[in-house]
Amino acid sequence: MMQAFLQRANRFLAAPIGLPARFMLFAAAVLLVATYFFPLWNLTMFAPQYPEGLRLDIYSYTLVGGNHGQDVKEINVLNHYIGMQDLVNESFTEFKWMPFVIGMLGLLVLRAAVHGTVVALVDVTMLFVYFGAFSLWSFGYKLYRYGHDLAPDAAINVQPFMPPMFGGQQIANFEVYSYPRPGTYAMAGVIALLLAALILTWWQRPTSVPPVAADRG
Amino acid sequence: MERMNRVAWTRASALMVLALIASQCTPSQPAARRAGSGVQSDAAIAAQKTYVAPGDLDEYYMFSSGGHSGQIYVYGLPSMRHLSTIPVYTPYPATGYGFDDDTKKMLGELTWGDAHHPALSETKGDYDGRWLFINEMNGRIARIDLRDFKTKQILGPVANLHGNHASSFVTPNTEYAMMASRFSRPVPNRAVGIDKYATEYKGIVAGVKIDPKSGEMTLGWQILMPPFDYDLGDAGKLASDGWMFFSSYNTERATGKLEVTASQRDQDYIVAVDWRAVEKAIAEGKGDVIDGVKVIDPKKVPGLVYLMPCGKSPHGVDVSPDGKWIIGSGKLQGVTTAFNFEKIQTAIRNKDFTGEEDGIPVLKYESIKDAEVAVGLGPLHTQFGPDGWAYTSLFVDSAIAKWKLGTWEVVDKAPMSYSIGHLAAAEGDTVSPDGKYLVGLNKLSHGRHLSVGPSQPESSQLLDISEEKMKLLYDAFTEPEPHYAQIIKADKIHPIEVYPKEENKHPMAIWDLKDAGVTRNGKKVLVKMIAVRSTLTPTSFEIAAGDEVTVAITNIEQTTDELHGFGLLDYNINLVIDPGETKTVTFIAKKSGVFAYYCTNFCSALHQEMQGYMIVK
Repeated sequence: MMQAFLQRANRFLAAPIGLPARFMLFAAAVLLVATYFFPLWNLTMFAPQYPEGLRLDIYSYTLVGGNHGQDVKEINVLNHYIGMQDLVNESFTEFKWMPFVIGMLGLLVLRAAVHGTVVALVDVTMLFVYFGAFSLWSFGYKLYRYGHDLAPDAAINVQPFMPPMFGGQQIANFEVYSYPRPGTYAMAGVIALLLAALILTWWQRPTSVPPVAADRG
Repeated sequence: MERMNRVAWTRASALMVLALIASQCTPSQPAARRAGSGVQSDAAIAAQKTYVAPGDLDEYYMFSSGGHSGQIYVYGLPSMRHLSTIPVYTPYPATGYGFDDDTKKMLGELTWGDAHHPALSETKGDYDGRWLFINEMNGRIARIDLRDFKTKQILGPVANLHGNHASSFVTPNTEYAMMASRFSRPVPNRAVGIDKYATEYKGIVAGVKIDPKSGEMTLGWQILMPPFDYDLGDAGKLASDGWMFFSSYNTERATGKLEVTASQRDQDYIVAVDWRAVEKAIAEGKGDVIDGVKVIDPKKVPGLVYLMPCGKSPHGVDVSPDGKWIIGSGKLQGVTTAFNFEKIQTAIRNKDFTGEEDGIPVLKYESIKDAEVAVGLGPLHTQFGPDGWAYTSLFVDSAIAKWKLGTWEVVDKAPMSYSIGHLAAAEGDTVSPDGKYLVGLNKLSHGRHLSVGPSQPESSQLLDISEEKMKLLYDAFTEPEPHYAQIIKADKIHPIEVYPKEENKHPMAIWDLKDAGVTRNGKKVLVKMIAVRSTLTPTSFEIAAGDEVTVAITNIEQTTDELHGFGLLDYNINLVIDPGETKTVTFIAKKSGVFAYYCTNFCSALHQEMQGYMIVK
């Protein structure tokens, strides 16, 4: 029974991918390029003094403040009153490896598309899901640390806090909003395309399998 | 067929999940704006309440500090019209202030001052409309006479006291105005390294004695204090009459990056000074003369000064209209603290102390505090209305909180645009506040006016506080930088409109054209001149290069609004002489040649003809 399942799984993994699924993989690779051009996440803070809001876009490789970068400087000036560390590119090691990893995953997607076996597709899908989950965790952890590692000698003492990851929250006089931006949607799209290609291939797997040479002895 | 359904279902649900996520995104505006709440009043009602028809008069005067412009700006309320500018610490060509001999002498070497807190003179704790005092950071305090809206005296820079910020709050019968140092320094002043700040540098709080008849100010006394930064003050009244209160920060005695080093303690102090006891001690000959000033060291003369712990880095300290409560607002926290004067007295009697600072007892916080009122973030200053209403400005929240004395209940908040500093209610720091109007003196105005480039005006916002909810009525834009203002019922002030001829005792005044002319005494030349529509007499005069020339001009008009100017080209001389007034200007005739003088202040149909020549041989 178990062996039969494994054999079936092995056969499926070794099977080729159909043409529509390969197109989906190419599309996924193209979509991945979007993550270089669009931010992954956005944080926006409103306060009575900042009715237009202070905006911070997070790309896979950099932070970009609204108002020609001024908003990040302003956010840092404000945060120093409560002893929060500066938001600067140097504190994000992610910016160093994320573009590389995305590029590598892109190549693996293309490899699956060209190589055309289910095993390559499963590999890259698993890697991608892991990468996505790790990135989200890493982002959340970063936010947690920023809200908790407050300098003890800060002018204004605030309770350590967890900034929002998805949604809005009132922090002191600021309404803080945090939402994904097109870069993340593109990544989600990539995962969706990979899964869709996988599902499609599963549906289109040959129903009657010709006996494998080894079986015939 | 079934497979097609499955595919469709999967696709649809995936799309729905994506759509759900995508529909959650950053709003373009903050919540309050999206809800359309808060800031706006009903425009029609606001317009009606602030509209003062052409020719009609406002109900209140507002005297707004001009901050580092060194001036006072006079507004009418509720129209928020700027009526006039009273120059105090800065030359003001518009009125010739700082150009004639008297005002030049009064300004001395300083042509700049950082004016902060105007204080109207009081009788029994109510504005009496006689004088207006205003302090300045270079250790000075000035008196403006509200009979003619002119600066009459500048006292200082006084010795020992550096950075006169906690000033010029007056006592209920204008016995004293206050002074206190924001910057401590060695007393007497000498070069001492910053490493000895905590022990060698000293703060000073001082009482400026005011003559009840003339308003003349003299330095009464000084008290040697620990090197804290003394920030604001208020005089006790009714129940607490006889006491002065000063807020202080940097009780850490820190130096360097104060925004951090002076923000470490959770509580700093409000200083309570028994000024009647100080007066008595001085009369008994106590205290030492330092740099010509009688200074009392509380270590040597106990029982005069006490410290009330107040969190955190308190800014404003304000006494309630009945004098029962002292409201201290710690700018780095979310509450304002109400201290009970009676409890303070009991704690002093029972020696309910928790320590001392340089010999000054620290009262036990729990024993003197009545309430910590959760007004909001960054409370700065409190003003009062009738029936126990209190209004506290919130810098960080950019709002005003309305709350009740006694029940400590916060009932309303009005957003301010933006980052309010001081606030001034109509007679809101007297024993009988009027309610009705309140002006928020905001530090930022961005986006609420036509752009005027990077030098942005501040904003003063008028609120109606006559009803349960505060309502915004009007945005006015003020020159930098309103630190505080006083709002007084217009009928309490009775200004003259011309200087009566019989009151002009100026030794060089002349009233008859026959007396005009030049008299010489060696190198000194006196030009007595008359200004009257539409001639400056003499119409020309001759002097020699190197002469010391005094031009004494009397405007012999007795008609309202008939001001005359005296502009002397190339000599940087510019006087404006009000009707019935005599002004002098003295200068060395360094440049020879012919120089025109003329009336600068438009006076009549033949104003352009009102001119003459100075011929320097």
